Amino acid sequence: MKDFLRRTPRYFTANRKTEQQIPEDLWHKCSGCGDLIPSKQFQDNAKVCPRCTHHERLSADEWVSYLLDLDSWQEHDADLAPVDALGFVSPKDNYAKKLETLREQTHRPDAAICGVGAIGEVPLALCVSDFAFMGGSMGAVVGEKVARSAERAAELGMPLLTINASGGARMHEGMLSLMQMAKVSVALARLGEARQPHISLLLDNCYGGVTASYASSADIIIAEPRAHVGFAGPRVIEQTIRQKLPADFQTAEFLLEHGMIDVVASRAELKSVLARVLGLYTDKPRTEGRFAGHANGVQSYIRGV
Amino acid sequence: MADEQHTSEELTPWDIVQLARHPQRPHTLDYIRGLCEDFVELRGDRRFGDDRALLGGIGRFNGQSVVVLGHQKGSNTKENIQHNFGSPRPEGYRKALRLMQHAEKFGFPVLAFIDTPGADPSMGSEERGIGEAIAANLVVMAELDVPIVTTVIGEGGSGGALAIGVADRLLMLQYAIYSVASPEASAAILWRDASKAPDAAKAMKITAPDLHQLQIVDEIIPEPAGGAHLDTAATIAAVGASIQRHLDELQVLPGRELRQRRYEKYRSIGLVQQAQTIVLSTTEAP
Repeated sequence: MKDFLRRTPRYFTANRKTEQQIPEDLWHKCSGCGDLIPSKQFQDNAKVCPRCTHHERLSADEWVSYLLDLDSWQEHDADLAPVDALGFVSPKDNYAKKLETLREQTHRPDAAICGVGAIGEVPLALCVSDFAFMGGSMGAVVGEKVARSAERAAELGMPLLTINASGGARMHEGMLSLMQMAKVSVALARLGEARQPHISLLLDNCYGGVTASYASSADIIIAEPRAHVGFAGPRVIEQTIRQKLPADFQTAEFLLEHGMIDVVASRAELKSVLARVLGLYTDKPRTEGRFAGHANGVQSYIRGV
Repeated sequence: MADEQHTSEELTPWDIVQLARHPQRPHTLDYIRGLCEDFVELRGDRRFGDDRALLGGIGRFNGQSVVVLGHQKGSNTKENIQHNFGSPRPEGYRKALRLMQHAEKFGFPVLAFIDTPGADPSMGSEERGIGEAIAANLVVMAELDVPIVTTVIGEGGSGGALAIGVADRLLMLQYAIYSVASPEASAAILWRDASKAPDAAKAMKITAPDLHQLQIVDEIIPEPAGGAHLDTAATIAAVGASIQRHLDELQVLPGRELRQRRYEKYRSIGLVQQAQTIVLSTTEAP
């Protein structure tokens, strides 16, 4: 009996062969309310806490699996890798080495993935930032991927969806990273000329040069509940005004109230919101069958990650 | 000032930061007064208010009507408070947007002057969408049908500077700086220690020669020995001559060609490489 209660691999590995995505730990501690949730339930709920509805961060890959129609994803430009153009070294920092380490850890060369896929059978270009890679910061590679995505969307005549969680411009690429704000803007202007919509999904958290460029110049802006979005970080503002900020400052709900975004959508309703919006920009009338592949979307999203 | 005898090669990036921020350095209004006749300031964003940190209007530059705009810093504390230390609020950027659209409507070139530590970090600016205000300007400048010549005259900091900086030509004074965030903010972000600002100034390549080498800046305008504050009139005249030379080149081009070249200029900034080892998507269906 005692042996059974000890969670040794002996008793649990059998199931795991078929369900490879279940993490080692069977319980997930919610970083919102601190409650323990069975990992399986947490995963099935798209990493949203069933008790406090805290939306845990998803990786770029998880977003692709969660939102896009099954088998519709084609990644592009996966081989774009950053260059240490400034030769950034300081007593405390070495950019080239940092990139190397992160590439090994994340198996990605930089902080975004892009490609084409479909949501509710509407094809679209997609660019997703990955917060796990240097806080999703925008250097030349992220800028290039956003710009190429916008141009791909313009060329193929499809909408663009950007999913944005980022600390802002990447300091280690200096002015080259600031100039990415201009680069993505000239590309987005082309998308506008092609009369294709740009939908920006804001996640916790999104700041600086990303908020001050493509994430905010979109035609439609959607945010996840309680996502923190702003230009200046709260720490900087507190230091400047020398007082504590209100609890809801820079949250999605705060932005909605101040007229800065269109929709606050929970993760569970996000796919249907996006499908509805995207459908309105295509000629094809919506049919019942279009959502067939989505009935179990929330439950099955984590498969294949 | 000890720096006066030195050439720019001997100044450290941090020395140049001090020169770029020198309170007696000519500011946007000095350039407007020095370069424009019949200047009429146009105020307000027609939405909420008028921002004194970003000023603009119409005037006659070498006989030609132009729209001029720029960040305004003060020469003393009182002026700096009036101008919010050159840090615009959303209203400043929305006024700039209005003036740029005004320029396009009437076929006036846009002359912009960058001199800001960055956009205003405050509750009010966030509430009124400072990020959106900057973002909107970037897209509008990408599409503007008239020539845009921007000059970095002092300190160029972050998106707050770029919001009037998506230009056909970017000129920069010899001892100006232009950075993704101020050296203090960069040090705070990178190492959580603002006192390491001199290290950040060095590592981040923020001086005019560095940015010219990175092909971000099109021309460096030389300053009088020791810095612009030692001979304001000569500096302003040099800036005016340089702007006119670039305008001459740009004004023969039709609007569509200007837009196309501006697109190519910004689209090509930033080095990336095609990696040897391709990391395949891990999201393919099982």
